[in-house]
Amino acid sequence: MSQPASHYFVPQPSHWPIFGSAALLLMANGAVLWMNHIGAGPYLLAAGFCVLLTMLFGWFANVIRESEGGAYGKNVDTSFRWGMSWFIFSEVMFFAAFFGALFYIRVLSVPDLAHGLNAEYLYQSFTSAWPSAGPGFKGEFEHMGAWGLPAINTALLLSSGVTLTWAHHALIKNNRLHLNIGLALTILLGLIFLGLQAEEYSHAYSELNLKLTTGGYGSTFFMLTGFHGFHVCLGATMLIVILIRCLKGHFTPEHHFGFEGVAWYWHFVDVVWLLLFVLVYWL
Amino acid sequence: MAHEHALGGHEGQVGHDAHEHHGPPSGIMRWITTTNHKDIGSMYLWFSFIMFLVGGAMAMVIRAELFQPGLQIVSPEFFNQMITLHALIMVFGAIMPAFVGFSNWMIPLMIGASDMAFARMNNWSFWILPVASFLLILSMFVPGGAAGTGWTMYPPLSIQMGMGMDLAIFGIHLLGMSSIMGGINIITTILNMRAPGMTLMKMPMFCWTWLITAFLLIASMPVLAGAVTMLLTDRHFGTSFFNAAGGGDPVLFQHIFWFFGHPEVYIIALPAFGVISQVIPTFSRKPIFGYASMVYAIAAIAIISFFVWAHHMYVTGIPLTGQLYFMYATMIIAVPTGVKVFNWVATMWKGSLSFETPMLFALGFLFMFTLGGFSGLVLSLTAVDVMLQETYYVIAHFHYVMVAGALFSAYAGAYYWLPKWTGYMYDETLGKIHFWLSLIFFNMTFFVQHFLGLAGMPRRVPDYALQFTEFNQISTIGAFGLGISQLLFLYIVLKARKGGKKATAEVWDGAQGLEWTVPSPAPYHTFETPPVFEGHGKH
Repeated sequence: MSQPASHYFVPQPSHWPIFGSAALLLMANGAVLWMNHIGAGPYLLAAGFCVLLTMLFGWFANVIRESEGGAYGKNVDTSFRWGMSWFIFSEVMFFAAFFGALFYIRVLSVPDLAHGLNAEYLYQSFTSAWPSAGPGFKGEFEHMGAWGLPAINTALLLSSGVTLTWAHHALIKNNRLHLNIGLALTILLGLIFLGLQAEEYSHAYSELNLKLTTGGYGSTFFMLTGFHGFHVCLGATMLIVILIRCLKGHFTPEHHFGFEGVAWYWHFVDVVWLLLFVLVYWL
Repeated sequence: MAHEHALGGHEGQVGHDAHEHHGPPSGIMRWITTTNHKDIGSMYLWFSFIMFLVGGAMAMVIRAELFQPGLQIVSPEFFNQMITLHALIMVFGAIMPAFVGFSNWMIPLMIGASDMAFARMNNWSFWILPVASFLLILSMFVPGGAAGTGWTMYPPLSIQMGMGMDLAIFGIHLLGMSSIMGGINIITTILNMRAPGMTLMKMPMFCWTWLITAFLLIASMPVLAGAVTMLLTDRHFGTSFFNAAGGGDPVLFQHIFWFFGHPEVYIIALPAFGVISQVIPTFSRKPIFGYASMVYAIAAIAIISFFVWAHHMYVTGIPLTGQLYFMYATMIIAVPTGVKVFNWVATMWKGSLSFETPMLFALGFLFMFTLGGFSGLVLSLTAVDVMLQETYYVIAHFHYVMVAGALFSAYAGAYYWLPKWTGYMYDETLGKIHFWLSLIFFNMTFFVQHFLGLAGMPRRVPDYALQFTEFNQISTIGAFGLGISQLLFLYIVLKARKGGKKATAEVWDGAQGLEWTVPSPAPYHTFETPPVFEGHGKH
C-alpha cells in the first residue's frame, strides 16, 4: 500500500494555501476595523473566518485522502513527527512569553512600584503584594482561588490524558470500540473543562470584580488562562475530527500519526494547564 | 539504504509523478498553487527584491530629509513612519525572505532531496508574506498613518498610536506565522530528507546555518507574537502589561521584544555566514577550513544569542549586576564569531584565489561585517553604550551588519547560484561594477555615521544641529548612489535570464556539492530518487 521509503511524496499544486492567505487578509483587516470601532469590521472578520474554515476543511480533506490512499510512506511519517514536535515547541515559546510577563510583573515590577523613589514620590499608599492590580487600580477585587473549579478542572484534564492514552492503546491493539469510547470520553472531559472555565470567568466578572482591566493580576490571569482555553478549544476540535475519522474506520495499528499528533498536542495543553494551576492559581 | 536507489519511480498517483507528464498549471495559477521548491524559492527571491526596493525608497525619503538641517520634505510624523516601515520591511520583507528563498532553492539540491518536507505548507509560508506586507503598506494610508514608533514598537508610544499600529501588529503576527512554518519546514527537510550518505557532519555549511537558523526562528518568533499580542490587548482591551498604574512595566515589553530581537539578529546573520561559507571555499579552490569548528561556532552563537538581550537596554535602569552580566555575555559572542572569521581567512590562505563577483561580495562581507562586529563590541561596553545609545553610531553599527553583512552576502549568493537558476552566466563586468559601486557608496553612506554618532547626533529625528550638516550630506549622496546602483543588479539578473554564456553543470571551477551535479538550469524536478552521497571528491 505505501510506497517505497525512497520515494518521498510531494503533493500536486494546491489552491488551498491561497485561500488561507485570503482568509488571513480578511481576518486581519476585519479585526483592525472592529477594534477601532469601524462598522464593517465584524463582517470582514466573520467572512475571513468562513474562508479559513473552508480552507481547513479542504486542505485537511486533501491530506486525509492522501493518507488513506497510502501516499504517505515511512519518510513522510517521520516528517510529520518532526513537524508536529517543532510546532509544539513554538507553542511552548508562545506561552513562555506570557509566563515571562507574569513572573516579571509579580517578582519585579509590582515590588518595584512600592519601593524607593516610586514609593516616595508616586505611589505613597501602595504596598507590594500578589495578587495586585497595581497602584492605579481603584476599587476592590478578589483573586481566583485554586481549590474550587480550577482544581476540578485539573482533575478533568488529567483524566482526559488518561482516557486518551487508553484510546491510543486500544488503537494499537486494534480494539476499535475502546478506541472510540476513549476518544469520546476525552472530548467530553475537554468540553466539560471548557464549560467550567466559562463558568469561572463569569464568576470572576460578576462576583469577584476580576476582569481584564484588573491591573497586572487580571491581565496575566485572563491572558494565560484564556490563551490556554483557546488551545483547549483547538485541541477538542482536533479530537472531534479524529473521532469522526475513527468512526469512519480510518487509522491502522501501524499507521496513525494523525491520531498521535493530536494526542501530543492534547498532552501539551495538559502540561501547560498544570503549570497554570500551580503558577497562576495556587502559588 | 543503498538499494532504495533503484526503487524510486512513478508509482504515485497523486504526487509529482502525475503532473510530471502534464507540467505545472500555466500562467499565474502556476505560481499561486505551486508546491515546487524552486518555484517557491524564486517567488521568495523576487518578492524580497521588490520589498528591498520599497524599503530602499523609504530610506531615500529619510536621507533626503536629512540632507539639510531643518524640516524640508516630510513632516516629523511621516519621517518616523518611514523609519519604522523601512526597518520592518527590510528585516521581515527583504532580508529574511531572501535567505529563505536561497534555502528553498538550494537546500533540497544540496542534500539530495526531491523537494521540501512540507511542499504545500511551503507555498502558504510564501503567500502569507504578500498579505503581511500589504498590511504594513496599507497602514500608511489609514487615519493617523503608519506606526511611528520605530521597528521596536516600545510602549507607551505604541499604545498611543492610531490604527496603523494595529495593522503593523497583525502584519507581524502573519510574518511570524510565515517564519515559523518556514522554519519547521526547513528543519524537517534537513533532519529527515538528506540523501543516503549525507550525514549531518558532511552537510554543506549553508545547510548547517539554516538548520540552526530554523531553530532560532521557531524559538523566537512566537515570543515576538506574544509581545505584540500584549501590546494589542493593552491598546484595546484594557490590560496593564506595560502600564505601571496597573502594576505592569513598559520595560517588560523591551525585555520580551529583545528576547526575540537578539536571536533575530542571528536569524539574519547565520544564513549570511552560510552563503559566505559556500562561496569562499569555491573561489579559493579549497575545502572550508575547520568544518567542525564552524558548526560548533554557529551553534554557540545561536545559544548565546538567547542570553544577551538586555545589551539593548543598558539605559533602562537595569541593575549594575545586570549590566555587567549582559556586557560580558555579549562580548563572549565575539569568540565564536571570531572563529568563523579566522576560518574564512584560513580557507583562503594558500588557496588558488580568483575574484569573480560572488567572491568580491564575500570579501566585501568579510571586511565590512568584521567592522560592524567591532563596532558591536564597542557598543557592548556598558559605559560606552550609555553615551552612544540612540545615536547614529548605532545606526552605522547595524547597517554594517545588515547591509554590508546580510545584503552583501545575499548578493554573493545570488551571483553564485544565478547560473544554476537561469542556466546562463551573468555579465561578469557588470557584476563587478555593481560590487564596487555598492561597496563605495555603502561606506560613503554609513562610515560617516560613526562620526555623527560619536559627536552626539540622535537617531530617529528629522532635524539636526548645524555642525552635523557636511557628514549628513555625504551620507545622503552615498545613500542615493547605493540605492541607484542596486537597479543595476535588477538589470544584470534580467539580462542573465534572457541569455548569455551557457553555464555548465559545475558552473564554478572549484564548486563542490550535489547542487553542482545537476544541469544548469536545474530541471523542474531533481533528485526524485535520492542520490547516494559519497563525500566531496576533490578534498
